[in-house]
Amino acid sequence: MMTTANTFSLFDPALLRPAITSAFAKLDPRVQWRNPVMFVVYTGSIITTILWVQALSGQGEAAQSFILAISLWLWFTVLFANFAEAMAEGRSKAQASSLRGMKRKLVAKALDRPHHDAPWHPQAADELRKGALVLVEAGDVIPLDGEVVEGVASVDESAITGESAPVIRESGGDFASVTGGTRVLSDWLVVRINVNPGESFLDRMIAMVEGARRQKTPNEIALTILLVALTIVFLVVTVTLLPFSIFSVEAAALGTPVTVTALIALLVCLIPTTIGALLSAIGVAGMSRMMAANVIATSGRAVEAAGDVDVLLLDKTGTITLGNRQAAAFIPARMVTEQALADAAQFASMADETPEGRSITVLAKQKFNLRERDLSSQKTTFLAFTAQTRVSGVDIESADGAVRQLRKGAGDAIGKHVESLGGTFPADVQAAADAVARKGSTPLVVSDGARILGVVELKDIVKGGIKDRFAELRRMGIKTVMITGDNRLTAAAIAAEAGVDDFLAEATPEAKLKLIRDYQAEGRLVAMTGDGTNDAPALAQADVAVAMNTGTQAAKEAGNMVDLDSNPTKLLEIVETGKQLLMTRGSLTTFSIANDVSKYFAIIPAMFVSTYPQLGALNVMALASPSSAILSAVIFNAIIIVFLIPLALKGVKYRAVGAAVLLRRNVVIYGIGGLIVPFIGIKAIDLLLSAAHLV
Amino acid sequence: MDTQAWLLLVAYLVALLLLAWPLGRWLVNVAEGRLPRWLAPVRKAEQVLYRVAGIDPAAGISWRPYAVALLAFNLLGTIAVYVLQRLQGVLPLNPQGMVAISPDSAFNTAISFVTNTNWQGYVGEATMSYLTQMLALTVQNFFSAATGIVVVIALVRGFAARSTASIGNFWVDVTRVTLYVLLPLSMLFAAYLVSQGVIQNFSQYKDVQTLEVTAFQQPRIGPDGQPSKDAKGDPVMEDAKTDKQTLAMGPVASQEAIKMLGTNGGGFFNANSAHPYENPTAATNFAQMLSIFLIPAALVFMFGRMVGDPRQGWAVLTAMTAIFVICVIAVTMQEQQGNPLISALGVDQGISATQPGGNMEGKEARFGIAASGLFAAITTAASCGAVNGMHDSFTPLGGMVPLVLMQLGEVVFGGVGTGLYSMLIFAILAVFIAGLMIGRTPEYLGKKIETFEMKMTSIAILVTPILVLAGAAVAVLADAGRAGIANPGAHGFSEILYAFTSAGNNNGSAFAGLSANSPFYNTMLAIVMWFGRFAVIVPVLAIAGSLAAKKRMAVTAGTLPTHGPLFVGLLIGTVLLVGLLNYVPALALGPVVEHLVLWAPK
Repeated sequence: MMTTANTFSLFDPALLRPAITSAFAKLDPRVQWRNPVMFVVYTGSIITTILWVQALSGQGEAAQSFILAISLWLWFTVLFANFAEAMAEGRSKAQASSLRGMKRKLVAKALDRPHHDAPWHPQAADELRKGALVLVEAGDVIPLDGEVVEGVASVDESAITGESAPVIRESGGDFASVTGGTRVLSDWLVVRINVNPGESFLDRMIAMVEGARRQKTPNEIALTILLVALTIVFLVVTVTLLPFSIFSVEAAALGTPVTVTALIALLVCLIPTTIGALLSAIGVAGMSRMMAANVIATSGRAVEAAGDVDVLLLDKTGTITLGNRQAAAFIPARMVTEQALADAAQFASMADETPEGRSITVLAKQKFNLRERDLSSQKTTFLAFTAQTRVSGVDIESADGAVRQLRKGAGDAIGKHVESLGGTFPADVQAAADAVARKGSTPLVVSDGARILGVVELKDIVKGGIKDRFAELRRMGIKTVMITGDNRLTAAAIAAEAGVDDFLAEATPEAKLKLIRDYQAEGRLVAMTGDGTNDAPALAQADVAVAMNTGTQAAKEAGNMVDLDSNPTKLLEIVETGKQLLMTRGSLTTFSIANDVSKYFAIIPAMFVSTYPQLGALNVMALASPSSAILSAVIFNAIIIVFLIPLALKGVKYRAVGAAVLLRRNVVIYGIGGLIVPFIGIKAIDLLLSAAHLV
Repeated sequence: MDTQAWLLLVAYLVALLLLAWPLGRWLVNVAEGRLPRWLAPVRKAEQVLYRVAGIDPAAGISWRPYAVALLAFNLLGTIAVYVLQRLQGVLPLNPQGMVAISPDSAFNTAISFVTNTNWQGYVGEATMSYLTQMLALTVQNFFSAATGIVVVIALVRGFAARSTASIGNFWVDVTRVTLYVLLPLSMLFAAYLVSQGVIQNFSQYKDVQTLEVTAFQQPRIGPDGQPSKDAKGDPVMEDAKTDKQTLAMGPVASQEAIKMLGTNGGGFFNANSAHPYENPTAATNFAQMLSIFLIPAALVFMFGRMVGDPRQGWAVLTAMTAIFVICVIAVTMQEQQGNPLISALGVDQGISATQPGGNMEGKEARFGIAASGLFAAITTAASCGAVNGMHDSFTPLGGMVPLVLMQLGEVVFGGVGTGLYSMLIFAILAVFIAGLMIGRTPEYLGKKIETFEMKMTSIAILVTPILVLAGAAVAVLADAGRAGIANPGAHGFSEILYAFTSAGNNNGSAFAGLSANSPFYNTMLAIVMWFGRFAVIVPVLAIAGSLAAKKRMAVTAGTLPTHGPLFVGLLIGTVLLVGLLNYVPALALGPVVEHLVLWAPK
């Protein structure tokens, strides 16, 4: 559904009609007042309309047809600006209304105890509170965001993510988080609700796209200040022109003073109406583009900050490398056969359902045809991996009561384990582990009791194309830092293979937090992605923090954006969208100001040629008549807004090149282009007007 | 432009660089309080001053108290200059027995000198006692220059600082800049000027018999003190004859030195640097031109060093020099082209081995066109306002160049301090737009440019054009304003526009021809000068304070480089577009029309 919002063509008729209606509705002065630049045009339109009425009664300062033409085009200028804003809002509203469709009145199956078998009673979804327990069965819609406490089910999350393939949600681990509005396709889930109604994801998305909470971002405010300043100064320029003109007419004893209509026309042409008209459309469209990329930002400020990021912290696993490490080789210790090592490793991984554990079993089977064995004859106790011990394995009690302890884990953890049993860590195993680590793989040491059997090499697979992505980032001036729990050797090897600029090895939450703070103290803006609860402090500290939608609630709360696709490389697109937003504003501002030069050449000679005929020499465009010159400039000023609406909605194209190259490109296109284009446009309009005998 | 003019320009720029660079290094030492050991006795005296005044020289202050101190200091200066002028009749050192200055003129002059404008509605040798010249005007020449310099030092500190509240100590800055920069330079320069024939005495004016009787015409002064006009609005002239000439005397050299070095520009004599006692030779003329740009250029070098990247200074200097050179070429070419009306009278204005050619009206034969055109560009590029020729008599476009240089906001080298801080305001504006264009929150020298900075930048950029245009509009509407116009038509408008441009930008040069010593102009221009100065300084200090509080961002490949040719081009573009667009309609009704009328095929 989000993807359908994405596919609206620029001027989709379904959006066009309401936008036109809305353009007229926005003529309300209370709406106009919010945009100071356009308010000046609005006031000018009203004044010229009054002047036209006065001219109709035969006492006008100029021909009534001329005043009417100027007045009409000023109204068009205001309407075009309204239309641009309405178009941008229309696209967002379409996204919002399809979201709201999912927010039907739901009745949830509320449970008293967190058990599938516990009795449930129906309760309206909007009466559920944080902490409530609900049962969701096949075909049911999950009422609110929450965490799975029991069960496994396939869930259709296409409504939120646009991804049609169902995803598995289960209790515990990385896939425990479910989103309100999604539908369970098979099996059942017991969900603990962790938001109150109105605070859910869906609510936040709707509020965001509707722009109800859209506040002006800091850069937008700063730009508005500049635009208002330019408007004020040009207001003074045009107002003082009346006395100057009166004085000149007296001094030259020729001609008539400039008309108020012409002055208003000049004012509207000089003030930055192009950017003023499109400014809010650009902002709305920027948010909309984020939504189309399936990213929810908590504020426009975060989107803008994304454009400024100069350090990216990326988790190794899942971002730089494929999520799963694969067992690639068995390297036995001296006096141990490879098969014995493989056998022990397979045994120790028997209950290990992680992809790494499974890959060990598979490798042992491939190499030595070791099958999964029947465990029922022996008494076995499996030890799951914990962050404290960093070891997993199995205890096998044989018939005579002796216990065989098979362990696998990180080198130092196994070292401690065997030392506690009186064993030692052989130098050749250490050397083998180091060699594996140097290659960028992860060494997993296997022990049997106090004896170390050898090393299993777990290989990291770096994602294809990621190196080019990092090279691109480097050209943008963004430094990439890989974060990994691996040791330094492993990390260095993978960092080199993936082409990141720096890495943080053996990362703990504290180390991550410190790294971010250090970069910030250097004056850098840091972005990171995260999904686990242990990422939350770092996410909160980072300037741009993207939480994965599959991540824990704590991570989502700490971040200022949520990626619905849970794709860690999305950060790159977020940065680009942020940059595009600013670039579009800057480029249109430059264009708007540069336009003034040609408008002067059109209007100044036209205004004063009756007093000083020699000023006709400045009419470099050879415009047909003074009134045609002024009218052409006003018309150009109005229709350029319409021509630039697609640019405002789509954004200026961003290319990953250095700042200097980018600036040169945009200065040439929008600065120099802004100087030249209106000369051509005004001349063309003048030719049309005189060909049609309209002036 | 002929070869001589080119050579003069090149020699000037080379000499300027050679002198400004070492001075820039010295300014860094002064600004950062790192003074050499041999100055220890002076430093002791400095410490005594602080103790007496009850100032802790080590205590830095934030921008608000800094601005309050600065305003209070300048307000006191204004009062002192006003009182001295009003009481000069009863004070010593008044051999000519000058009477008290009228209240409106004294008010205008007081503000004019305090704001570093040095607009002179009065005629120095006919109204001011030596004491007033020295104690009121010369003292303010020092203090107003020091005020400008400390503001830019505070702003540069803001860029260089990392998360601090302090932008320095106003009292310490003003004392050090005066003591270690302005005073020694002025003493050296004054000694040089005396050696070249600039006078320095307290003598009475000397009457001398001229060799021939001079017949001349002068405007008849009506009972209201203004030139009388006939029915057509032209001034009524009357014939006069004389065989006597009064040579005004006075302590000229000491005032001349700081007048140039401090970009003040208020001449001891009405003729300013066209007067042989102020500017006797081609050598002093060259030295005076150098002394105008010396401190402004050195401050740019200081800026580069203090922010830790001399290339930043070079970039700003390049932008300034580029605009300057274009303007010099424009004014010299226009003047060398001559005046078709004079050609029509059968006068040969061609350039040849025996004559400089071109439009020599209002120029000193000693200096010729090249040195007068260059001087005019320098004095208006910097907010000096000293003149060695009459800008009013320049060709229309030749006269428009000084006008435009002022309207750009005095950023082409500019006044001491004011030039650089105004240019940095434009730089902030340029990086703001450019920063957006590359998709980043704009930053300059590692400091983010955010809402507050844009607010203050907008005020600083808005104030002057509004003052100038509104002032000129009031003047052309009011009878009192139109009464002062000597020339009818477009040139009369140019004169008014020039007067308000000069006052609003604190330049102080004038298109002669406007009788501005009237209560109307004295009051209007005084208001324009005051706000043109302090309504810019206060926002600049606010920016300094806000920047100082920010941390400096690291430079990466994604940072907009502000030292390359692209940024220089962008800065020039911003100065021209934002600085000049406001004045285009007014210029079109003044000098542009004059030019088109002058050269229109008959």
